[in-house]
Amino acid sequence: MTITIKQLQKGLADKQFSSVEITQDYLNKINQKNIDLNCFISVTGELALKQAASADAVIASGKGSVLTGIPMAHKDIFCTDGVKTSCGSKMLDNFIAPYDATVIEKFNRSGTVMLGKTNLDEFAMGSSNENSFYGSVGNPWDTSRVPGGSSGGSAAAVAARLAPGATGTDTGGSIRQPAALCGITGIKPTYGRVSRYGIVAFGSSLEQAGPFAHTAEDCALLLQSMSGFDPRDSTSVDQAVPNFSVDLNKDIAGLKIGLPKEFFADGLDSDVATVIETAISEFRKLGAEIVDISLPNMGLSIPVYYVVAPAECSSNLSRMDGVRFGHQCENPIDLEDLYKRSRSEGFGEEVKRRIMIGTYALSAGYYDAYYLKAQRLRRLIKQDYVKAFEQVDVILCPTTPEVAFKRGEKTDDPINMYLQDIYTLSLNLAGLPGMSIPAGFSQSMPVGLQLIGNYFEESRILNTAHKFQQVTDWHLKAPEVK
Amino acid sequence: MTLKTEEVRNIAHLARLQINDSNVEQYTNDLSNILNVFKQMKLHDTTNILPMAHPMDATQRLRPDVVSETNQREKFQAIAPDVEQHLYRVPKVIE
Repeated sequence: MTITIKQLQKGLADKQFSSVEITQDYLNKINQKNIDLNCFISVTGELALKQAASADAVIASGKGSVLTGIPMAHKDIFCTDGVKTSCGSKMLDNFIAPYDATVIEKFNRSGTVMLGKTNLDEFAMGSSNENSFYGSVGNPWDTSRVPGGSSGGSAAAVAARLAPGATGTDTGGSIRQPAALCGITGIKPTYGRVSRYGIVAFGSSLEQAGPFAHTAEDCALLLQSMSGFDPRDSTSVDQAVPNFSVDLNKDIAGLKIGLPKEFFADGLDSDVATVIETAISEFRKLGAEIVDISLPNMGLSIPVYYVVAPAECSSNLSRMDGVRFGHQCENPIDLEDLYKRSRSEGFGEEVKRRIMIGTYALSAGYYDAYYLKAQRLRRLIKQDYVKAFEQVDVILCPTTPEVAFKRGEKTDDPINMYLQDIYTLSLNLAGLPGMSIPAGFSQSMPVGLQLIGNYFEESRILNTAHKFQQVTDWHLKAPEVK
Repeated sequence: MTLKTEEVRNIAHLARLQINDSNVEQYTNDLSNILNVFKQMKLHDTTNILPMAHPMDATQRLRPDVVSETNQREKFQAIAPDVEQHLYRVPKVIE
């Protein structure tokens, strides 16, 4: 059964239940089901009940806001003061964050309750949650399959109804792809919309935090709480934040939805394509105008992304030196040995691969051919979208080329794994907002539909998604988790 | 494009990573395969296209030079592997 944040909010306001009661209920479910799913790295039960009790007091005093008392799970990439922030890495297994990320601070101020910290691909690098020091995560629809990644734990937790909402980060698809594979709703806002302060950095010019929930309506509430200019984040954009819930019910008759032919070409599973086509007909029924468009440079997004993201990762992860925090090797003989062994012992294989690719792309003699070239091509990818948005209001495509694959199926083939993000990467390169919503099933596994908006037009894609969710019930389907 | 194992060893050194002899071949293969994917970038002409470092082409924001954060040395050093007299301890650097 699906209980939305909106419903919990009403129940709390009407005194049908208290925050302590629902928090305890979620903690019980986590206790039962996390053994199989492994979606939580840390469960913060004691803290959660304390936060819930204060939330109940705030609600009783009549000073509660929309999210007061709502339990949530946070990806273990957000720094949480006094609570382990591992980033899925052995490197940070002993790292107790000394401060709160701005996103966490904002949720604390909203009065939400933190149930725990969720599993992820190490340093958010991966598309299956199999690159975690804490083990892989089961997809609640079929535990032999992956939940997607990198925010796999958050997506699986919401899909398994272990939390009504969760946070994630999306550097190349890490919110949208797991949302699609787990059959839930997730949104990555425009680059700069949500503060990156206190998020362990991987790809600084690409990543954004965003929420997972069951509905677009809930995502609007959570995104509202997360968004806003932050002077502590130099990449934060000083742009007014609209009320994301106001336009949810706006009529979408006449809305121009573009279908980029490049995202419906070879490589797309035919059953997934059929599900998306059925969804498109729903949008037609709602009065949207469907327009064929082209984004000619999308084929470049894989090479461009896998130059830019590793380059940024190699630079960001150089701070993990075994000196100031994190893993330190035993008995280093000299400083170089300390650096090399601490890093080699602390990082997993995919992280090491990406650090090396990035180091190579940024090294003397290769910088122009790889990094600068990729940055020039990145502009072409952005320009494709800018031109497309002169023609249409929203772009629609599948979120992933296929449904969730089996665990272990792609772990030996990094490039095949990279192809999982073929429809999601280009948005991060361009900095655009995008979301994934459940659109149906193929092989009994959920299929995600991606909606892409113009810069700072999160409201419009949330509105488009909400209207779809008013006439379909894919987002309410729940897996049977044993 | 195929890397040589020596190049991979050098990249690892630049990245301050230690790779064992037993897996240098694997890294060489993996990295070469990834570099092969990059080849298609060469086919596109990018003359007169400016590199894009930020989605909104934003530049670094300036702020007044005033103290905005407090000193939390004790708290930050509490999570360090090895600290003595408020200093991070590392192996001897200068002989």
